[in-house]
Amino acid sequence: MTALAALIRRDISIALRVGGGALIGVLFFLTVVVLMPFALGPDLPLLTRLGPAILWLGALLASLLTLDRLFTADHEDGSLDLIVMGRTPLELACAAKALAHWLAAGLPLIVATPVLGLLLNLDMAATSAVALTLLAGTPALTFTGMIGAALAVTLHRGGLLLAVLVLPLSIPVLIFGVAASEAAISGPVPFGAPFSILCALSLVSLVVGPFAAAASLRHGLD
Amino acid sequence: MTLIDLANPSRFLSLTARLLPYLVAGTVVLLAIGLYLSATAPDDYQQGATVKIMFIHVPNAWLSMFVWAVMSASALGTLVWRHPLADVAAKAAAPIGASFTFLALVTGSLWGRPMWGTYWEWDARLTSVLILFLMYLGLMALWRAVEDPARAARAAAVLTLVGAINLPIIKFSVDWWNTLHQPASVFRMGGSTLDRAFLYPLLVMAIAFTVLFITLHVAAMRNEILRRRVRSLQMMQARAASNDVGATSPASQPA
Amino acid sequence: MRLLASGLTCVRGGREVFSALTFEAVAGELLAVTGRNGSGKTSLLRLVAGLLTPAGGSLALEGGDTELTLPEQAHYLGHRDALKPALSVLENLQFWRDFLGGKPFDPAESLATVGLAHAAHLPAAYLSAGQRRRLSLARLLAVKRPLWLLDEPTSALDTTGQDMVTGLMRNHLAGGGLIVATTHAPLGLTSKELRIGGEQ
Repeated sequence: MTALAALIRRDISIALRVGGGALIGVLFFLTVVVLMPFALGPDLPLLTRLGPAILWLGALLASLLTLDRLFTADHEDGSLDLIVMGRTPLELACAAKALAHWLAAGLPLIVATPVLGLLLNLDMAATSAVALTLLAGTPALTFTGMIGAALAVTLHRGGLLLAVLVLPLSIPVLIFGVAASEAAISGPVPFGAPFSILCALSLVSLVVGPFAAAASLRHGLD
Repeated sequence: MTLIDLANPSRFLSLTARLLPYLVAGTVVLLAIGLYLSATAPDDYQQGATVKIMFIHVPNAWLSMFVWAVMSASALGTLVWRHPLADVAAKAAAPIGASFTFLALVTGSLWGRPMWGTYWEWDARLTSVLILFLMYLGLMALWRAVEDPARAARAAAVLTLVGAINLPIIKFSVDWWNTLHQPASVFRMGGSTLDRAFLYPLLVMAIAFTVLFITLHVAAMRNEILRRRVRSLQMMQARAASNDVGATSPASQPA
Repeated sequence: MRLLASGLTCVRGGREVFSALTFEAVAGELLAVTGRNGSGKTSLLRLVAGLLTPAGGSLALEGGDTELTLPEQAHYLGHRDALKPALSVLENLQFWRDFLGGKPFDPAESLATVGLAHAAHLPAAYLSAGQRRRLSLARLLAVKRPLWLLDEPTSALDTTGQDMVTGLMRNHLAGGGLIVATTHAPLGLTSKELRIGGEQ
């Protein structure tokens, strides 16, 4: 337990210090959301209708962008070798890294959501619905994205390859995330159904992600 | 005293140490007068008391652009003259400029609330200020991302100047985009003609905020200079003494 | 305790780096791996550390902890220092102590041994290449492991640093430890030489 706590503490403090990328993700999220009206036009009713979708797309892209460094930094400086060799099961170490990443990069996105909801003229209920679905859904994005990050590091390719690998995997999360937000705002589907599926997706990825990432790290390091 | 003397950070520190109390006092007095004049200014016959938000909003909006101009001048100092204080000035100005821009956005949306019925409208002016705010945040992220201040300074200087050239283009594009979608803006901020009863408080507030910026900027520059001194002292400390301590008998280590 | 390798074969990128390598080392022994550049010295260490999968042959640590795998009983000191520039010297060391499961220790003592006591609270970014190497070595002291796998342990170090490494290795061997080290220069310790990659 000490080992995992130490890993989580280290990753969070690196993300928050000079050179860390935690808050850049939020800035990216903000920028993506601000770009949308320039493409769609400053039509508030339209933006309000598309609001949940815009916020979800922005959060998806922002969490993908920050995932790139999840394993790469540790690979470059040799830390990953020692983590693989350690007595802590690699699956748990991967889960701890993903959890730290979600706390440092995913949670700020959710905190920023109300401000961005204001820009899209979402009312309080709609904004809370989107924030709640993001809270339930972003762990799934991080934990499935981790698989792509692990594959990318063993192939020595990052960035775009990661995006191509991970984006198709996150389609279900996007579908049920937006569906749950829409259901909370306007109906007619009850909120509970898509939201439960969204939570289920997160729980499944919590299990599958660390195992798949650990397997690809174990066989791919050289 | 010439500019060359001021270029010396130690000289700058001792000069500003004497100057800073006067700046603080000036800011307090000017702000007090400005706030009093704003509070006693008459209500607008159309907008009522909300017009008074203008006395805070307009100075903030003015400073959001003025600070970028200050940073652009510093960027030239960094790139052309390699002035030792120029990158300190640029770095210290960025968070202050971002704060003024943020306040301009907040007061703008509070002012817009009774006019538009929503806190945010994609009005051409507000949108331009929002983009300026994003650029400030990007610049601050750049300063934070690079550990070595000298390297960060050159990158930030290039970005600042590119931003200065791009800002009018962005402003023009946003105006065009906005008029394309909304033929007539419902509400123009600042208005074209201002009654004298509003003009004087506004002028005093603008001057007060400018002096406030100068005070904050000087204080932030002092902090940045001291922070850099701490950094170079730490680097010297890291370099020092490694060898002689390392020579203590390795046999003394715990087995 | 005995490290046993028999018929070890390493294939990387479709090329056979070395094949049918058999060696053993017993407690208190230093196995010095020598050979040309590209002869596979680093690959051999990474095989033992479990970071590469052998194409053939077997590896075992006899007399070790039966609950643990071979890599879990080893320290690996590679070319890269596994340090985070944003953390302080002490934070870096404490992280590896906590993660690798070391006993509570006096950090000042470990750091003093490698000559970094004065820099404990400075960011690791300010360290020179040699100092980064020293900090990596402090990890070997903070967590106790019987098998040390050292890849060019004296690289980037000055003569006092090299003497320090020699002293650390001598102590580890005297305490019943086992070391496999690749090297270009003589380490100044009695060692068993393992030459790989054919004759020079």
